Amino acid sequence: MELRKNYFADQRKDGLHEIGQPRPRLDSPGHVTGKTAYFADRNFPGMLHLKMVRSPHHHARIRSIDTSEAEKHPGVVKILTAKDVPHNVYTILILIQIGPEDETVLADGKVRWKGEAVVAVLAETERAAQEAAAKVKVDYEVLPAVFDMEEALKPGAPLVNEYHGQNYYLYDSGECRKVRFGDVEAGFAEADHILEQSYQSSPIEHAPTETTGCVVMPEGNDRFTCYTNTQAMFFTLDNASIILQMPGSKLHFVGGTVGGGFGGKVDVIVEPIAILGAKLTGRPVSFIYSREEEMQISSPRAAEKVVIKDGVMKDGRIVARKVTGYTDAGAYSRHSPYGAQKGAAHYPGPYTIPNVWIDTYCVYTNRTPSSAMRGFGVTIGDFALEVQMDKLARLIGMDPLEFRFINAYRDGDMKAHRQPTEGAALIECMQEASRAANWPVAEKYMAMSSYKKGA
Amino acid sequence: MAKVPIQFTLNGSEKAEFVEGGTTLLHALRDKTGDTSPKGGCHQGTCGACSVIIDGELRLSCLTLAETCSGTDIQTTSGLAEAGVLHPLQRAFLDAFATQCGFCTPGMIMAAKVLLDHTPNPSREDVVEALSGNICRCTGYEPIIQAVLTAARANSQNAA
Repeated sequence: MELRKNYFADQRKDGLHEIGQPRPRLDSPGHVTGKTAYFADRNFPGMLHLKMVRSPHHHARIRSIDTSEAEKHPGVVKILTAKDVPHNVYTILILIQIGPEDETVLADGKVRWKGEAVVAVLAETERAAQEAAAKVKVDYEVLPAVFDMEEALKPGAPLVNEYHGQNYYLYDSGECRKVRFGDVEAGFAEADHILEQSYQSSPIEHAPTETTGCVVMPEGNDRFTCYTNTQAMFFTLDNASIILQMPGSKLHFVGGTVGGGFGGKVDVIVEPIAILGAKLTGRPVSFIYSREEEMQISSPRAAEKVVIKDGVMKDGRIVARKVTGYTDAGAYSRHSPYGAQKGAAHYPGPYTIPNVWIDTYCVYTNRTPSSAMRGFGVTIGDFALEVQMDKLARLIGMDPLEFRFINAYRDGDMKAHRQPTEGAALIECMQEASRAANWPVAEKYMAMSSYKKGA
Repeated sequence: MAKVPIQFTLNGSEKAEFVEGGTTLLHALRDKTGDTSPKGGCHQGTCGACSVIIDGELRLSCLTLAETCSGTDIQTTSGLAEAGVLHPLQRAFLDAFATQCGFCTPGMIMAAKVLLDHTPNPSREDVVEALSGNICRCTGYEPIIQAVLTAARANSQNAA
């Protein structure tokens, strides 16, 4: 590893013992010997297997559910429907006051996406659970569905989620998160060129090698030990406590060993229903997503649409930026209202622009609920912004790297969401990138600093 | 359901188990013998996390019926270290930071071991080919390839 000494030398001590030194990972010896205990490596005598009956429709009313044939299937021990779940309607971020509760653990009267959990079957073997699940009869009345965010926002679109009452998340700022800085219309009027472009992305699945799941053991002291691969232990514990109406002291979560997550394991989906199954049967329960469920059911990164309108001067300064961002939450909120909000703060990018206007919408559609994934809310935005930066540079005939030096934020600059810039290192990163990539820029840019003179 | 008796050698120990017809070797190893080092990632033969060595050949235990394994010699990553001393591949995976979440690691090590058993001095291309049936979502593969090449060099130095 090479640490460059010429950047920010006054901010960093040399001769550090840990930083800059390769250190062995503490978990690696377990990994290479096969001793690391993942949740699915816990196997208890008498363990039941849970399989879900899932909605084959994107949007439908449930007229009736008939579990009688499934109950007779050999090996079936318990079948759970919405009425068995103590607090069936929940939302993950209620823990930080981001409501309303908008999602059912097991569908109650309606399904809002293809794959939604409707009935849980617990059986002696995985195979028996799977076969019995296929015998559950659900009578659906199919409803019109909406899959496109802009269609969903139009008047008269099918209402996806009644708990919201409209197809967007209602922030305290209204129908979207808003950033207003300077006078964006005055900026456009002053600009030499204006470029408006639209960028779109599809949902992206994390595809961890280990699928989502948990194993729950009912203990002799009336507590439940939940071995899980959640990335969010306390979110999961607290939400399970709400859903099960059970004090947290009854729940013992064991985890931290995750066979790949990338954000795909922060939702609270498998644990509450598995704990409920263990409670109602008194037996250990295993609920592990198949690979198909991991791909089709677990939350992906949200589809996004980003519309960027920039006003730029011939000398390279961006003088106005207007962004409208759309985040496709799918049928339920999960972490998407937060992702869309992050986008609002992020869309100016690491650039200082005097006039900024941003609206970001979190939109409900009948698609698979999306949630966290590596930099959600900003990663797709960064793709859009940096493609836009290249297009702007081309528009004014300027080198794309020099164009970024001109607009780069520096310490003390006020960001559009009114946080002063501190600890900026973009200029230095670009200087190093210029050298490493052999993409020379004019000497005046190589002489720049994130520090401002006199600051 | 009818149970089928099977006997095999697992990492040098004799094993005798009864399995239901249709049980995969992956489930038999994990649920019956308690060896959880082979992992179930896809249960359809595409991720390689369940890789084991049967009579010297690399096999996907999720696609192998347990009842076909009677009389075989099975090796898994949990049996690789001898008397607590890591196998050169395990040492190389540690030193090269070739593990992150670790879920693919036991299968990767099995695939790498079969390669080195057959080809003690592999080229980079040989390593890439040998690991092509094993999916890793964390590392980007490069540290794993380097670890296998390092282990091969260590082996050949020991042999010299």
